[in-house]
Amino acid sequence: MSVQSTIESKLSEAFSPDYLRVENESHMHNVPAGSEMHFKVQIVTDEFSGMMLIKRHRAVNKVLEEELAGPIHALSIYAFTTEEWQKRNGEVADSPPCHGGGK
Amino acid sequence: MDVMQRIDDVVKNNPIVIFMKGTPQMPSCGFSSRAAQALMNTGIEFAYVNVLQDPEIFENLPRYADWPTFPQIYINHELIGGCDITLEMFQNGELKKMCEEAVAASKEGAEKAK
Repeated sequence: MSVQSTIESKLSEAFSPDYLRVENESHMHNVPAGSEMHFKVQIVTDEFSGMMLIKRHRAVNKVLEEELAGPIHALSIYAFTTEEWQKRNGEVADSPPCHGGGK
Repeated sequence: MDVMQRIDDVVKNNPIVIFMKGTPQMPSCGFSSRAAQALMNTGIEFAYVNVLQDPEIFENLPRYADWPTFPQIYINHELIGGCDITLEMFQNGELKKMCEEAVAASKEGAEKAK
């Protein structure tokens, strides 16, 4: 299974999200074509209500612990409740351009 | 000195510190760059550690606060998160407030120690 599908299935299982979007952004970086190293996750679930941002990120990191220790080099996380998501019209920032410091 | 102790000293001795790839002026990673920029935009002085210049810290920082990626931003001796959280908090105004409080708390601490 690809890293992307693994991320999708693990997050779906752990949070039953109302919205989940996992993007492989490796092409924005100086890595071989087809790499699966840089990901952006948008996840919306009411399980996050009442949780500080850092706790939400920790929860996502925990679920993806194995992948973060292995293939994932960068993980951008946007974790919201359905209400927050509606308020911001589903908009999140674009990931920054690479500055070449990856290792 | 033990690396965990070194990291702890940096975190405890600075009200605001970012562990990043590169420096705020010459960042080596887009995420580090953005987080440092957000801190600079608060107008409040902060410390930084270039993890690319210190392989030991680079290797061990993730287990210090159980956070797997860089950058890592500590305010008032506590991890607030990485790039995404720092940006979110900058945009909603919390970052500046938190930085101001951390600086005030550290000045107060220094006064008491006199």
